[in-house]
Amino acid sequence: MEGELAHIGAGLAAIGSGAAAIGVGHVAGNFLAGALRNPSAAAGQTATLFIGIAFAEALGIFSFLVALLLMFAV
Amino acid sequence: MATETSSAADAAGPGMPQLNIDTFGNQIFWLVIALLAIYFVLSRVALPRIAAILAERQGTITNDIAAAEDLKAKAEAAEAAYEKALADARAEAQRIAGETKAAIQADLDVAIEKADAEIAAKAAESEKAIAEIRAGAQEAVKEVAKDAAQDIVALMGGKADAKAITAAVNARMKG
Amino acid sequence: MADEATNGGGLSFKPMDQFEVKSLFGGEIGMFTITNVTLWLALAVLAVIGLMVLTTSKRETVPGRGQSIAELMYGFVYKMVEDVTGKDGIKYFPYIMTLFMFILCANFLGLIPMSFTTTSHIAVTAVLGFGVFFAVTILGFVKNGASFLSLFWVSSAPLPLRPILAVIEIISYFVRPVSHSIRLAGNMMAGHAVLKVFAGFAQVAAIAPVAIIGVMAIYGLEVLVSAIQAYVFTILTCVYLKDALHPHH
Repeated sequence: MEGELAHIGAGLAAIGSGAAAIGVGHVAGNFLAGALRNPSAAAGQTATLFIGIAFAEALGIFSFLVALLLMFAV
Repeated sequence: MATETSSAADAAGPGMPQLNIDTFGNQIFWLVIALLAIYFVLSRVALPRIAAILAERQGTITNDIAAAEDLKAKAEAAEAAYEKALADARAEAQRIAGETKAAIQADLDVAIEKADAEIAAKAAESEKAIAEIRAGAQEAVKEVAKDAAQDIVALMGGKADAKAITAAVNARMKG
Repeated sequence: MADEATNGGGLSFKPMDQFEVKSLFGGEIGMFTITNVTLWLALAVLAVIGLMVLTTSKRETVPGRGQSIAELMYGFVYKMVEDVTGKDGIKYFPYIMTLFMFILCANFLGLIPMSFTTTSHIAVTAVLGFGVFFAVTILGFVKNGASFLSLFWVSSAPLPLRPILAVIEIISYFVRPVSHSIRLAGNMMAGHAVLKVFAGFAQVAAIAPVAIIGVMAIYGLEVLVSAIQAYVFTILTCVYLKDALHPHH
């Protein structure tokens, strides 16, 4: 019973990956929109883009980690 | 269904191998050794070497550009020298042509002068000859006229006064 | 677990087996046992040496293929350090280069089929992440003294907000090493687990072609992720280093 609940919890935690996907898409999409308006400034901001994507993605990784912990460690 | 493995922390079990604390010491030990190895290889050998290569390449490029500038300057100097030589030669040629022309002109002038003088002398001589001939002719005409007048006077029976006839003939010749 | 339940149907998913630490010559795993971790870490070291030392041994002024790669790596990380941390961060360049080359090589080595991905282990990435965290924090206090704490005191914010912001800043500061290390390990682990799951589907003949194409696609994605995670880890290290050198907002 406990393990089954843990699996349900893992599934719920996996929703966080989708949220992270939304976040990453938001960052990349806004970067592209800005880059198309001012292409000359885009090249200097790719580092910022990757940092932003990394931060957004980190939270998704956390939820993935929670899911894994629930699946395998609880 | 999974209750029997829900407390899986044993290494052989299907839990996450990442959470098996027993292996952490081993992993961390080898990781630190690997990192130290990479750090020493990079900082002692690879990075100084690559920095030296890049610096050397930069130096080579700078030197090559300087050499190219040098050669370009040399080529420009050579071109300038060539232009100057050409101009000099042209000026020399013009000078020689001018001198030659002047010399020829001088010779020509002398020759023309000489010729003019000769022509003038010849003309004067001819004139003198003509004048002499003319004077001779006048004398002859005068003589002939005097003779003719004396003869005519004699024929007419008169006694010709030589002085009067000469005067009359002279008067006639002038008029 | 799921694999035990479905064993009867012929499908068996063991996505986590690939991460298991095994002793190469048998025996218990102690501190100094030679394990597959040792093997793949050693291969990563050899890869770094091959990439950075052997290729540049000729010191050609006009670089060949190998030397171009080494110079490209050098220039890439050097420019990153210079751009993000400024001129005074250059002297920490060898440390950051070490991190970048190790993570890049370990990630790519992990993509070889049947290999062991050292960077997918929390223990490994935590050493990297906490190493950066402690180094940067100590460096910040050594360089700036107590004024390093002004990193948490946002002087551009209105005064009543500053204590609240300070709490948030402190929390985010201490979460840094956790997210820093878990990001790398999580990405590697997730990617390899997904590869394994897709490979597991290939056991069913009907969907095997789809599964194999899926494995190929995910593999391509993983190549990209391997490089990007090395880049992200390095650039975040540079950002933290910049905070330590210039803590004032």
